[in-house]
Amino acid sequence: MNHDVNTIFQIAGIGIIVAMLHTILKQMGKEEYAHWVTLIGFIVVLYMVITIIDDLFQKIRGVFLFQG
Amino acid sequence: MTAIDILQIVGLGLIATFLVIVVKEQKPVFAFTITVFTGALIFLYLIGEIQHIIQMLESLASKANVEIVYVETVLKIIGIAYIAEFGAQIVRDAGQGAIASKIELAGKLLILAMAIPILTLIIETVLKLLPS
Repeated sequence: MNHDVNTIFQIAGIGIIVAMLHTILKQMGKEEYAHWVTLIGFIVVLYMVITIIDDLFQKIRGVFLFQG
Repeated sequence: MTAIDILQIVGLGLIATFLVIVVKEQKPVFAFTITVFTGALIFLYLIGEIQHIIQMLESLASKANVEIVYVETVLKIIGIAYIAEFGAQIVRDAGQGAIASKIELAGKLLILAMAIPILTLIIETVLKLLPS
Protein backbone atom coordinates (compact mmCIF):
# COMPACT_ATOMS: atom_id res chain seq x y z
CA MET A 1 0.00 0.00 0.00
CA ASN A 2 1.52 3.22 -1.16
CA HIS A 3 -0.25 5.45 1.28
CA ASP A 4 0.05 4.86 4.96
CA VAL A 5 -2.83 3.87 7.18
CA ASN A 6 -1.22 6.09 9.81
CA THR A 7 -2.56 9.11 7.97
CA ILE A 8 -6.04 8.21 9.22
CA PHE A 9 -4.78 8.43 12.78
CA GLN A 10 -3.02 11.67 11.93
CA ILE A 11 -6.24 13.19 10.64
CA ALA A 12 -8.16 12.04 13.71
CA GLY A 13 -5.42 13.41 15.99
CA ILE A 14 -5.41 16.76 14.21
CA GLY A 15 -9.17 16.88 14.56
CA ILE A 16 -9.11 16.24 18.30
CA ILE A 17 -6.24 18.67 18.92
CA VAL A 18 -7.94 21.37 16.89
CA ALA A 19 -11.15 20.81 18.85
CA MET A 20 -9.18 21.18 22.11
CA LEU A 21 -7.45 24.35 20.91
CA HIS A 22 -10.78 25.72 19.78
CA THR A 23 -12.30 25.14 23.21
CA ILE A 24 -9.30 26.62 25.05
CA LEU A 25 -9.14 29.71 22.85
CA LYS A 26 -12.87 30.18 23.23
CA GLN A 27 -12.55 30.00 27.01
CA MET A 28 -9.82 32.65 26.82
CA GLY A 29 -12.21 34.85 24.89
CA LYS A 30 -10.30 34.79 21.58
CA GLU A 31 -13.03 33.63 19.26
CA GLU A 32 -11.42 34.90 16.05
CA TYR A 33 -8.17 32.99 16.75
CA ALA A 34 -10.22 29.88 17.45
CA HIS A 35 -11.82 30.10 14.04
CA TRP A 36 -8.48 30.62 12.33
CA VAL A 37 -7.04 27.55 14.08
CA THR A 38 -9.97 25.48 12.88
CA LEU A 39 -9.59 26.76 9.34
CA ILE A 40 -5.85 26.07 9.17
CA GLY A 41 -6.25 22.61 10.66
CA PHE A 42 -8.89 21.87 8.10
CA ILE A 43 -6.65 23.06 5.26
CA VAL A 44 -3.82 20.79 6.42
CA VAL A 45 -6.15 17.80 6.59
CA LEU A 46 -7.68 18.69 3.24
CA TYR A 47 -4.22 18.68 1.68
CA MET A 48 -3.66 15.09 2.86
CA VAL A 49 -7.03 14.00 1.52
CA ILE A 50 -6.55 15.78 -1.80
CA THR A 51 -3.20 14.04 -2.28
CA ILE A 52 -4.72 10.60 -1.95
CA ILE A 53 -7.77 11.50 -4.05
CA ASP A 54 -5.46 12.75 -6.79
CA ASP A 55 -3.51 9.50 -6.65
CA LEU A 56 -6.74 7.51 -6.80
CA PHE A 57 -8.05 9.41 -9.80
CA GLN A 58 -4.76 9.06 -11.65
CA LYS A 59 -4.82 5.31 -11.04
CA ILE A 60 -8.44 4.98 -12.14
CA ARG A 61 -7.61 6.94 -15.26
CA GLY A 62 -4.69 4.64 -15.96
CA VAL A 63 -6.66 1.45 -15.41
CA PHE A 64 -9.99 2.23 -17.01
CA LEU A 65 -9.59 5.07 -19.45
CA PHE A 66 -6.39 4.08 -21.24
CA GLN A 67 -5.08 7.46 -22.33
CA GLY A 68 -3.05 8.92 -19.50
CA MET B 1 -3.23 -10.64 -3.01
CA THR B 2 -4.29 -13.25 -0.49
CA ALA B 3 -7.38 -13.86 1.56
CA ILE B 4 -5.77 -12.20 4.58
CA ASP B 5 -6.21 -8.84 2.90
CA ILE B 6 -9.93 -8.82 3.52
CA LEU B 7 -9.14 -8.89 7.23
CA GLN B 8 -6.91 -5.86 6.75
CA ILE B 9 -9.58 -3.99 4.86
CA VAL B 10 -12.28 -4.79 7.41
CA GLY B 11 -9.95 -3.77 10.23
CA LEU B 12 -9.18 -0.53 8.46
CA GLY B 13 -12.88 0.18 8.04
CA LEU B 14 -13.66 -0.58 11.68
CA ILE B 15 -10.81 1.59 13.00
CA ALA B 16 -11.82 4.43 10.71
CA THR B 17 -15.43 4.12 11.89
CA PHE B 18 -14.40 4.34 15.54
CA LEU B 19 -12.22 7.37 14.83
CA VAL B 20 -15.05 9.02 12.92
CA ILE B 21 -17.42 8.47 15.84
CA VAL B 22 -14.89 9.93 18.28
CA VAL B 23 -14.04 12.97 16.16
CA LYS B 24 -17.60 13.68 15.06
CA GLU B 25 -18.51 14.85 18.57
CA GLN B 26 -16.02 17.69 18.38
CA LYS B 27 -15.54 18.54 14.73
CA PRO B 28 -17.77 16.95 12.07
CA VAL B 29 -15.55 18.33 9.26
CA PHE B 30 -12.60 16.21 10.29
CA ALA B 31 -14.81 13.16 10.64
CA PHE B 32 -15.91 13.68 7.06
CA THR B 33 -12.33 13.95 5.82
CA ILE B 34 -11.51 10.66 7.60
CA THR B 35 -14.41 9.07 5.72
CA VAL B 36 -13.15 10.35 2.38
CA PHE B 37 -9.60 9.26 3.11
CA THR B 38 -10.63 5.76 4.13
CA GLY B 39 -12.76 5.36 1.04
CA ALA B 40 -9.92 6.43 -1.21
CA LEU B 41 -7.46 4.15 0.62
CA ILE B 42 -9.65 1.06 0.24
CA PHE B 43 -10.27 1.89 -3.39
CA LEU B 44 -6.53 2.26 -4.03
CA TYR B 45 -6.07 -1.10 -2.35
CA LEU B 46 -8.53 -2.70 -4.74
CA ILE B 47 -7.46 -1.04 -7.94
CA GLY B 48 -4.46 -3.33 -8.38
CA GLU B 49 -6.80 -6.31 -8.44
CA ILE B 50 -9.14 -4.56 -10.86
CA GLN B 51 -6.15 -4.02 -13.12
CA HIS B 52 -5.45 -7.76 -13.16
CA ILE B 53 -9.07 -8.54 -14.00
CA ILE B 54 -9.07 -6.01 -16.80
CA GLN B 55 -5.85 -7.34 -18.25
CA MET B 56 -7.45 -10.78 -18.33
CA LEU B 57 -10.52 -9.34 -20.06
CA GLU B 58 -8.33 -7.62 -22.62
CA SER B 59 -6.40 -10.78 -23.41
CA LEU B 60 -9.67 -12.69 -23.75
CA ALA B 61 -11.03 -10.02 -26.07
CA SER B 62 -7.92 -10.05 -28.24
CA LYS B 63 -8.08 -13.85 -28.45
CA ALA B 64 -11.73 -13.67 -29.47
CA ASN B 65 -10.90 -11.06 -32.13
CA VAL B 66 -13.25 -8.51 -30.60
CA GLU B 67 -12.42 -5.04 -31.82
CA ILE B 68 -10.47 -3.18 -29.16
CA VAL B 69 -12.71 -0.11 -29.49
CA TYR B 70 -15.66 -1.94 -27.96
CA VAL B 71 -13.64 -3.30 -25.06
CA GLU B 72 -12.27 0.17 -24.46
CA THR B 73 -15.75 1.64 -24.38
CA VAL B 74 -16.94 -0.96 -21.91
CA LEU B 75 -13.93 -0.31 -19.68
CA LYS B 76 -14.54 3.42 -19.79
CA ILE B 77 -18.16 2.85 -18.82
CA ILE B 78 -17.10 0.72 -15.86
CA GLY B 79 -14.63 3.43 -14.82
CA ILE B 80 -17.28 6.15 -15.01
CA ALA B 81 -19.63 4.00 -12.94
CA TYR B 82 -16.97 3.45 -10.28
CA ILE B 83 -16.02 7.12 -10.00
CA ALA B 84 -19.61 8.33 -9.99
CA GLU B 85 -20.58 5.82 -7.32
CA PHE B 86 -17.59 6.77 -5.17
CA GLY B 87 -18.34 10.48 -5.36
CA ALA B 88 -22.07 10.10 -4.92
CA GLN B 89 -21.75 7.92 -1.83
CA ILE B 90 -19.30 10.30 -0.17
CA VAL B 91 -21.46 13.30 -0.92
CA ARG B 92 -24.56 11.50 0.35
CA ASP B 93 -22.67 10.57 3.51
CA ALA B 94 -22.00 14.25 4.08
CA GLY B 95 -25.74 14.84 4.02
CA GLN B 96 -26.13 16.33 0.55
CA GLY B 97 -28.55 13.93 -1.06
CA ALA B 98 -29.47 16.37 -3.82
CA ILE B 99 -25.90 16.80 -5.07
CA ALA B 100 -25.37 13.05 -4.84
CA SER B 101 -28.39 12.46 -7.07
CA LYS B 102 -27.00 14.93 -9.59
CA ILE B 103 -23.65 13.15 -9.63
CA GLU B 104 -25.43 9.87 -10.29
CA LEU B 105 -27.47 11.50 -13.02
CA ALA B 106 -24.30 12.85 -14.63
CA GLY B 107 -22.73 9.39 -14.46
CA LYS B 108 -25.74 7.77 -16.13
CA LEU B 109 -25.88 10.41 -18.84
CA LEU B 110 -22.17 10.14 -19.63
CA ILE B 111 -22.45 6.36 -19.81
CA LEU B 112 -25.38 6.69 -22.19
CA ALA B 113 -23.46 9.17 -24.33
CA MET B 114 -20.52 6.80 -24.43
CA ALA B 115 -22.69 3.87 -25.47
CA ILE B 116 -24.27 5.75 -28.39
CA PRO B 117 -21.77 4.53 -31.04
CA ILE B 118 -22.36 0.91 -30.02
CA LEU B 119 -26.12 1.44 -29.95
CA THR B 120 -26.10 2.97 -33.43
CA LEU B 121 -24.05 0.05 -34.68
CA ILE B 122 -26.51 -2.44 -33.24
CA ILE B 123 -29.47 -0.61 -34.75
CA GLU B 124 -27.75 -0.44 -38.14
CA THR B 125 -26.98 -4.15 -38.00
CA VAL B 126 -30.57 -4.97 -37.15
CA LEU B 127 -31.77 -2.73 -39.98
CA LYS B 128 -29.45 -4.55 -42.39
CA LEU B 129 -30.89 -7.88 -41.31
CA LEU B 130 -34.43 -6.74 -41.94
CA PRO B 131 -35.69 -7.42 -45.45
CA SER B 132 -36.33 -4.14 -47.19
